[in-house]
Amino acid sequence: MVSWVQALKKTRNVFASAIQGVISDGAEIDELTLEQLEVALIRADLPPRLVAELISDLEENQLHGTQPPKEVLRDGLRARLVMQETDPFDFGVKPACILLLGVNGAGKTTTCAKLAHRAADMDRKVLLGAADTFRAAGTEQLRLWGERLNAPVVSGRQGSDASAVAFDAMDAAHARGMDLLFIDTAGRMHTKSHLMEELRKMVRAIQKRDPEAPHGTWMILDASLGQNSLNQAKIFHDAVPLTGLVITKLDGSSKAGFLFNVHQQLPGIPVLFTGLGEQAEDLVRFDADAFVEGLLSLGSGTGDD
Amino acid sequence: MFDQLTQSLQKTFKNLRGQGKLSEENVKDALREVRMALLEADVHFQVVKDFVAKVREQVMGEDVLNSVSPGQQFIKRVHDEMEALLGEKKVDFDRSTHPMAIVMLGLHGVGKTTTTGKLSRRFKEEGKKVLAVGCDIRRPAAVEQLRVLAEQAGVDMLGPNPGETVQALGVRAKNHAVLHGYDVVIYDTGGRLQIDDELVREVADLTSMTGAKNKVLVIDAAMGQESVSVAETFNERCGLTGLILTKLDGDARGGAALSVRSVTGCPILMIGTGEKQEDLQPFYPDRMANRILGMGDVISLVEKAQTMVDEDEMARMEKRMFSGKMDLEDFLKQLQQMKKLGSMTQIMDMMPGMPNVSAEQKAKAAEQGQTQSKRFEAIILSMTPRERQRPQLINSKRRQRIAAGSGTRVKDVNDLLKQFKQTQKMTKKLKAFKGGMGGKAARHMARSMR
Ligand SMILES: Nc1nc2c(ncn2[C@@H]2O[C@H](COP(=O)(O)OP(=O)(O)OP(=O)(O)O)[C@@H](O)[C@H]2O)c(=O)[nH]1
Ligand SMILES: Nc1nc2c(ncn2[C@@H]2O[C@H](COP(=O)(O)OP(=O)(O)OP(=O)(O)O)[C@@H](O)[C@H]2O)c(=O)[nH]1
Ligand SMILES: [Mg+2]
Ligand SMILES: [Mg+2]
Repeated sequence: MVSWVQALKKTRNVFASAIQGVISDGAEIDELTLEQLEVALIRADLPPRLVAELISDLEENQLHGTQPPKEVLRDGLRARLVMQETDPFDFGVKPACILLLGVNGAGKTTTCAKLAHRAADMDRKVLLGAADTFRAAGTEQLRLWGERLNAPVVSGRQGSDASAVAFDAMDAAHARGMDLLFIDTAGRMHTKSHLMEELRKMVRAIQKRDPEAPHGTWMILDASLGQNSLNQAKIFHDAVPLTGLVITKLDGSSKAGFLFNVHQQLPGIPVLFTGLGEQAEDLVRFDADAFVEGLLSLGSGTGDD
Repeated sequence: MFDQLTQSLQKTFKNLRGQGKLSEENVKDALREVRMALLEADVHFQVVKDFVAKVREQVMGEDVLNSVSPGQQFIKRVHDEMEALLGEKKVDFDRSTHPMAIVMLGLHGVGKTTTTGKLSRRFKEEGKKVLAVGCDIRRPAAVEQLRVLAEQAGVDMLGPNPGETVQALGVRAKNHAVLHGYDVVIYDTGGRLQIDDELVREVADLTSMTGAKNKVLVIDAAMGQESVSVAETFNERCGLTGLILTKLDGDARGGAALSVRSVTGCPILMIGTGEKQEDLQPFYPDRMANRILGMGDVISLVEKAQTMVDEDEMARMEKRMFSGKMDLEDFLKQLQQMKKLGSMTQIMDMMPGMPNVSAEQKAKAAEQGQTQSKRFEAIILSMTPRERQRPQLINSKRRQRIAAGSGTRVKDVNDLLKQFKQTQKMTKKLKAFKGGMGGKAARHMARSMR
């Protein structure tokens, strides 16, 4: 399994020098370094208004505070992240049904496979529901993953009703005594109200089988996107209240700083996992410290790529 | 499309507009707002910096501070600069070779395969013989996905043999295309990170070994600050010739478009506005700039209306309208034509003034609009032909019958008749106008009102 640190090493260390200069303990902060710092945070896709806030905190600290700037910044960021300490697979019910949602191409299907792999590793019995009946070969993609991972997949024909597939998957999960059911849904643009309505319909179908379901509604967020991610999350949350987030593609050079905005506007939804590659094993638990470290690029000064 | 950026800029300009003259101080304020808005729109920080510097220079350098309407001048400066940044004109693919070849490149999940399908369909509609080549040898069902899309587009598709490398497949496809007289070959590659040297080398090889003239980077309109580094690397390694922006049917502000365009100098060739094969549109920088500044995209709307709506039907209707003979039959046809225009949200995105409305409000209004036209349609369909031709016949008894027949309420029937009357009144006014203006000008008016 790829570790977070290993994955981050792959990332070109674009602003290491800028930030390291600033945040090494006791460093003087002048206008120039503050500007560099601002740029570094902006480049990490942090919401610009939060960046302005952080910078003024640093200025303030310089005048009155005693804490080293490095810690001020790190603490400021770390305090804003939400993670969950307990096992995300532990719902106390069987089968627990988890719905994976998100905009087009975010990484839902791949994450579904990764979750199945991880759950099987933890000796849970897993079923996958291929409820993307819309996209060309969307179902086929998950079926192939199921074959590779030796996980059973419930699917329907392309163009068939996604809610029906979700219901069938629920049925099968009960009948076959599964621990976990992950349902992969079609990518949908949050601006399309009929597609968001389809999502609600899918939830109602699942609830026909189990009124408590879905036990998890996890939104998949692509790390390479920018500030629009907030709007995506908000509208998905309006349609189906979210219980968790997964950040994919963090093995790329993007840092997903938009996450701070999501946390601020939709408080209390923890980040559960991060995707660090295209393979089934490239999924790790979200680690807020590592995330902040990654943002600050912090490549501990070794200077290698 | 670029809703929020529009909103922020509009707010700035509203403040500026109130003032007779611009002081250096409020130029500074306005530029700070512009800067913030552009950053929030995901425009790359360096592009923002250069942009703001240029605008400041122009605003300060000229006699703007003493001009009559400095606020408007300011808007014009920002607009012109933004338009220049987006590129000046519509650019086509490089068609200088036969077959012409296009390689699709980009990060994971941005829309390369879908866009390959869309382009295949487009070239096929031009009468070209198209070959789509599935070069994604890694992602599960990637080749199958392209196979389905190629079939939908009605073009041929070539996939990898077991164990074949991307390079080998590229060369085989190229030879196959020459041998079988294809006009267009489109290579769909798998998603890859720009920092993955080995995989970038693979597509660099593919582009050089196939000699493809078109090396197109596909970018998600919602992409963040790294868009520039992605584009720079692909450009260095593969020599990009164009960009395609996808997922503009979302509400991303689309700063990546500005960034990548200005950093690579490559034109934006097309935009993707949905998942279906027809959701591919030309990119017009001037309209996009207008749109960013809140002037709406009226031209696109009018053009869309023209391609979707039956021209003959419209001409006939126009004639009837001006002759004062419009009846409910015509009204029904109008409703049906409107439906063809596609989703109301899409249309509303193009209308001026709409950027002030939130996505949710828009979706809601569109939904209401759609339900209403559906209802109206049902009501008219429940009328007798005589009633449709002579709406004045419809008394209260008939109203009850029509409501029952169409599953609506009498109030709905009344609403319809009221709206019809209003439309009639409008056309009468137009008719008077036409009379006063003479044929040609009136036709022009009528056309621009569609
Ligand atoms: N580098 C990297 N690529 C990823 C990661 N997760 C997914 N991908 C890739 O992103 C692309 C899209 O992933 P999918 O799982 O198909 O995305 P999706 O959300 O199911 O897409 P739709 O169903 O079409 O909306 C694929 O090429 C995946 O291999 C990740 O963590 N890192
Ligand atoms: N809403 C919307 N969705 C789009 C658009 N273009 C592509 N998509 C969707 O985005 C998702 C990913 O598209 P793909 O064509 O599979 O992307 P890709 O770049 O080939 O992905 P990989 O090969 O896995 O890297 C699919 O769900 C597409 O339907 C667009 O313009 N608008
Ligand atoms: Mg999928
Ligand atoms: Mg693809």
